[in-house]
Amino acid sequence: MALNPFEHAGAASTISGPPSEGDYLGDRLFRAVARACAGLIIALLLFILWEIGGLALPAMAQHGLGFVSGSTWNPGTQEFGVLPEIWGTLYSSLLALLLGGVFGVTIAIFLSQDFIEARLAVVFRTIVELLAAIPSVVYGLWGIFVVIPLLRPVAGWLHAQLSFIPLFATDLSGPGMAPAALVLAIMILPTVAAITVDAFRRIPYKVKEAAYGMGTTRWEAILKVMLPTASSGILAALVLGFGRALGETMALAMLIGNSNQINLSLFAPANTLASLLASSFPEAGQIEVQALMYAAVVLLLITLLVNIAGLGIQQYTVRKFEGKV
Amino acid sequence: MSDIDLSTSAPVLPRLSLERRPFELRALTSGLLTGLTWVIAILGSIPLFSVIIMLVAEGGARLDFEALTALPPAGFEMGGGFANAIIGTLVMVAIATAISVPLGLLAAIYLAILDPYSRMAQTARFVAKTLTGFPSILAGVFTYGVLVISFGYSALAGGVALAVLMLPTVVLAAEESMKQVPQKMTDAAFGLGCTRSQVIWKVTLPTGLPGILTGIMLAVAGASGESAPLLFTALFNNYFMSELMEPTASLSILIYNFSAMPFDNQIQLAWAASLVLVLIVLVFNILARLIGQSKV
Repeated sequence: MALNPFEHAGAASTISGPPSEGDYLGDRLFRAVARACAGLIIALLLFILWEIGGLALPAMAQHGLGFVSGSTWNPGTQEFGVLPEIWGTLYSSLLALLLGGVFGVTIAIFLSQDFIEARLAVVFRTIVELLAAIPSVVYGLWGIFVVIPLLRPVAGWLHAQLSFIPLFATDLSGPGMAPAALVLAIMILPTVAAITVDAFRRIPYKVKEAAYGMGTTRWEAILKVMLPTASSGILAALVLGFGRALGETMALAMLIGNSNQINLSLFAPANTLASLLASSFPEAGQIEVQALMYAAVVLLLITLLVNIAGLGIQQYTVRKFEGKV
Repeated sequence: MSDIDLSTSAPVLPRLSLERRPFELRALTSGLLTGLTWVIAILGSIPLFSVIIMLVAEGGARLDFEALTALPPAGFEMGGGFANAIIGTLVMVAIATAISVPLGLLAAIYLAILDPYSRMAQTARFVAKTLTGFPSILAGVFTYGVLVISFGYSALAGGVALAVLMLPTVVLAAEESMKQVPQKMTDAAFGLGCTRSQVIWKVTLPTGLPGILTGIMLAVAGASGESAPLLFTALFNNYFMSELMEPTASLSILIYNFSAMPFDNQIQLAWAASLVLVLIVLVFNILARLIGQSKV
């Protein structure tokens, strides 16, 4: 029989010893449970896709692809189409991205390129992070009572002077595209800024030193060296910010006016997929709920595609700076 | 070799001055852009201050003992408060935390320690990142299909919807934090003969705890402010909750409902409720920061 080197340990009053059968069993069980939980995350996404798809199935069978190209939403006649909502979702998100992107990237430059001393930068970063912490409904309330009254005279003037430009073709009567896009821009600004700061951080410090060593001014270094080097990271920030904007619900439901129309005007009311869901669902009958689930599927597909694209670009950036591409 | 004439073969370059003059175009551009950046940075922080000022001015004026203890008023009624909504929000966030934290921690342990490079871990990590950008309203639609259709609107369904939103945040933060635990510490524990689960429970988790708690606090802060998923799962209730399986009020839905009402009293209450909601969110945010600072 093989010599058991631990034989003495079992008998003596000592706590040292080989792991018992129970220890092994517990260890294996624990690892299995942890593995199952990791699998659960993947299963959760699949379950979400399956569940929302299942809810939408009756409406999908009934309306087919005409749902995506139709432009009336009338529960009375059971006509459902979400083209205006798709347009409103993309238009509001693009406007928000334009504004939020410029502000987000500029603020990221401001925070990461030694414009202010480190302690002040921490304060400023906290401000931007808190901007992300404020709940969507609170932004909606703020939009109704601060942004819309502020925008109304501006919109009135622009409409009176420049109404031949399609962007200003209507007046702002209350809720509309402009206040919604403005608030949306504020909401995605922290996302864009945070990911862009991260992209700048990944650039080795010697790159900037090399640029300064060549005698560039600060902005020549930023525009000609830092921005191009960080470009894929900034692209990821913009795409992920866009994804955030697409799915944003409550602030838009409160500010955009929930009107089914396709209009280029910044001051006309519009609607988005998410705010259609939020505003129609509470009073919807069974048939309309099914149509809303179909709209949820459309929203799900759009946001998943945009998010996966953004994450793909981000991972590519990380790998690029780790020298694996 | 020696007859190469350098003076003719070299191109004649205009001699650049190494001096930097303040009114040179390059210097002016740089200064102008710097000024513009300052302006944009300051403009960008105006919304936060505007929101805070409005909350304090409008909400602070109405935030009294009655607002915190009374039930929501009906149409033309004066007074009233939102006590049931505060309780509802806290209960649903607690349910969501109770569901998402254990599951998220275990998943993070797998991703960070047990098998970080396996295909399953990489897929799960990517899915978790995808889910962080997931529209919150779809979490509501999902829970509506899974729970509400069969069991009706309830605080439990609201909690589950919020848990779906919290899970990816908890997983990613906990994974990141556990990865920061020095290899030396886990190696030392293995060297003492610990099993893997002992190393995780006695070394990795306690060492990574501040980071994990920070992640949990941020997830809780985010979930407290959510409203879109609750619209599909918890709905609203004008009375105090008596059980988990009935429609339940929440601060965010109360703000949404009241903001659309034509009555001044309700609008004032919406501002006061916003102030309370933002304070709740801020408390968790500040806790997250404080815990994060005590990191090893």
